[in-house]
This record gives sequence, structure tokens and C-alpha cells, in this order.
Amino acid sequence: MRNLNGNKSKFVYQVKGLNLWYGDKQVLKDINMKVLENEITAIIGPSGCGKSTFVKTLNRMTDNIPIVRTEGEILYNSQDIFNSEMKVEELRTKVGMVFQKPNPFPKSIFENVVYGPKIHGIKSKKTLMEIAEQSLRGAALWEEVKDRLSDNAYGLSGGQQQRLCIARTMAVSPEVILMDEPTASLDPVATMKIEELMEDLKKEYTIIIVTHNMQQAARISDKTAFFLSGELIEFDKTNKVFGNPADKRTEDYITGRFG
Amino acid sequence: MGINTNIKKVKRGVNMRTNFDKELDLLNKELIKMGSLVEDKIKAAVEALINRDANLAKNIIERDIEVDNMERDIESKCLKLILRQQPVAGDLRLISSILKMITDLERIGDHAQDISEISLLILNEKYIKELTHIPQMAEVVIYMVKRSIDAFVNHDMDLAHEVIKLDDKVDYLFDIIKDELILLIREDADNGEQAINFLMIAKYFERIGDHAENIAEWVVFSITGEHVN
Repeated sequence: MRNLNGNKSKFVYQVKGLNLWYGDKQVLKDINMKVLENEITAIIGPSGCGKSTFVKTLNRMTDNIPIVRTEGEILYNSQDIFNSEMKVEELRTKVGMVFQKPNPFPKSIFENVVYGPKIHGIKSKKTLMEIAEQSLRGAALWEEVKDRLSDNAYGLSGGQQQRLCIARTMAVSPEVILMDEPTASLDPVATMKIEELMEDLKKEYTIIIVTHNMQQAARISDKTAFFLSGELIEFDKTNKVFGNPADKRTEDYITGRFG
Repeated sequence: MGINTNIKKVKRGVNMRTNFDKELDLLNKELIKMGSLVEDKIKAAVEALINRDANLAKNIIERDIEVDNMERDIESKCLKLILRQQPVAGDLRLISSILKMITDLERIGDHAQDISEISLLILNEKYIKELTHIPQMAEVVIYMVKRSIDAFVNHDMDLAHEVIKLDDKVDYLFDIIKDELILLIREDADNGEQAINFLMIAKYFERIGDHAENIAEWVVFSITGEHVN
């Protein structure tokens, strides 16, 4: 199997027959989907279609909701994440998440980035500094903050805060970065920076991004998944989904006929 | 005094993209208009040639600007829609197909003008032969242009394929005309000049057939997203 970059590739995720309920309400219905490494997968669909729930299930963030019940398998590197042997903390280290609203900690820029590595027991000041620089460079923020690493992260602009959150995610060297509408609260310039960054990031990471912005999905992703009422309606190469979708419901949604 | 309970009603149908659809509809209508204008020009060009009508031929040449203007107008409407609506899927294929089709239509208009320019050179002379195959060619390409636009408007794949196939007939007629003209030149070298002019006219009709075929291929693309092989 080769990914879209032409590299020999493996499936990072294989979702098989995933069902999910919030109490009595079923919000994900028999989802089957495979995610190749080093690809950007965009998840689109109207509000309430289950796309955020789906993404949160991928690193078991939905565990925190007591009324959630799941069925089916999610294989992460061939290992079922619902299996009792799966260590959730490890999973979340390998599968990082960036949210719609930038959520830096009320700490310095430096402390934000090295928060994860510190928890993982790294104490050497030199190593932490290296991780911070690498992560901030990776998130295309280094040049803007290198002279004020001890400043409070709240002093950064929204776009910078979001890139800081990406750096913080990168600092624990994940394999997958999940993004839930990461640019929804950013202006066009900050959005463009994040999108450019994602193109660089996919060389090292696998990215799954939820977005309400059709043009963004079309611009940045290799594959697009369209969710509707908890079902995965269509999952294909982005050029296909936006150029010539197979399902009429996909066409109707992306051309603005409903949603 | 009570509050005004007459809340302004804003009409909105089930379809949320009324404005976009209206503009697409307008675009369709303009394309039909351009198509029939071009069709009329080919008809006039062949008529001027057969009836040796210099005034009609001149009129075709002078009015070429009409087709050019329509092309510009439709083109700018397409670009506006791309800019403002950022179309995807069927909408994107529709608009990009229109952009390509108007180029073909404009070229057809140019060829009608080319034919008229050559007609003006020869219509005062005695024709070296009776015109039979050129009017036949004209008839086929006029039909092709008309039906390619019909196929577009009605999303009619069968019709589009019929147009694509008809181009073989045009090519066949062109070959017959070419062979006839070669014979006429062999018979009498003095026929040469007019024979070459007729050959060019036939070639322009043959090109019109190619452009009509292109239009039909864009119809197929706009419906299926796939190009005809």
C-alpha cells in the first residue's frame, strides 16, 4: 500500500464497525475507515453529524463522558484501542489533539511546550530546551517567540496561541495529530499559517482534521470523509470528493444545498 | 401604543442556494444565446457562399464582435461565480465546462468569418463546380453545434455522444471534397486558385465540426467528471 505521497505506507488507524451511543442516542453508526500514515484526512459534515465525536473517539477522549457506549473496533497500529491492555495515557501521547479554541496553560511559552515532556520525566534543562526549540520550530512559531520564551502564553495572539498548542502537542513526539476545527477562531492570515504548517507537518505526522470550512478541506487534505447523521457517507481522495462525489448527499452538502 | 407585530417576512425556500442557482440559470441562458448566435453565423456563411451574397458575407465579418463580446461577458460571469461561490463538485464542473465551451463557440464564430472572407474572394467568379458537399458539411456542423448546446442544457449524454460521432461524417465529407478538388486541378491547372479557396472553406467547416465535438465532450465532462477518450 502506498500513500498519496508515493511512499510505502501503513494504516495508522483501521476503524471497523464502530457504533457509539450517548445514552440512548446513537451518534456513530457502523463507521468503517482506514487512515494511512503521513496523510491529512479531513472530516466534514453538518453540525451534529458525529464528526467531532468520531475524532475524539480516536484517542478515547470520549471515555470522559460517562454515558458513552461503544461497539466495534478501532485498530491503532493494529492494536484495538478499546482493548483493556491499551494504556490510554500512552495512546494520548501518540495521538495528540488540538482544539478549536487555543487552550494554552496560564504559564510561560516555554513551560507550555515542555509540560508534556516534563510529565514524562524529562528533567534535563538542556534536553527540555532542545525539545522546546524543535517543537516551536516545527510549529513555525520559534522565530516569533525565541526572545520571549518566559513570557506568559496568554500574551500571544490567537494564531500564535494555536501554533503554541500544536508545538505543545508535538513536544511529546506523537504519531497522529487530531485537530478539531483548529482555525475556526482565527483570522485568514493565522489560518493560512496553520494550513501551511499542516502541509509541513504531514511529512512527520498523520493528521486528522475536523473542519466546517469546505475550501479548507479541499485545500489541505489528501482524503476527505463526509459524515451525515452519524454515518460515514463517503470517504475518498479529496479531489474525487470535491470534484466528482459519488454520493448525491455529499454533492448536496458541499455545494450548499443543505446543511 | 403596542409594539408592531408585523414582523417583516423574509421569503426563503427549502433550497438554501436560490441566488447561486439563479446565476447558474442565467449563465445557461446566455450560453444558449451564444450558441444560437454562432449557429446563425454558420448558416449565414454558407448561404452567402451559395447565393454569392457579398453583403451577407460582409455583414458576417462586421458582426464578429458580437460573438467576442458574448464570450467576454460569459467569461466574466463565470469568473465572478468562481470568486464568490467557490464552487465544488457538479457546480465547479459546470462552470469550468462553460468556460471551455465558450472558447470553442468563439472559434466557431471566427471560422464563420474566415469562410466569409474567402467567399468574398470567389463569389464574383464562376464556381469550378456545383456546390454539393460543402453545403452538406455545413448542414452537419450546424446540427452538431445546435445539438451540443441542447445536450448541455438538457444534461443529455446520448445526444452528446451522437454529436461526437457525427464528427466522423464531417471528416469523411472533407476527404471527398479534397479528392474532388485534386481531380479538378489535374483536369485544368487554372482551377487551382479557386480549388485551394474551396479547400480552405471545407477545412474551416471541418474545424467547426471539431469545435462542436469539443463542446459535446465538455458536456460529458460536466455530467460525469470524466473525459471522453
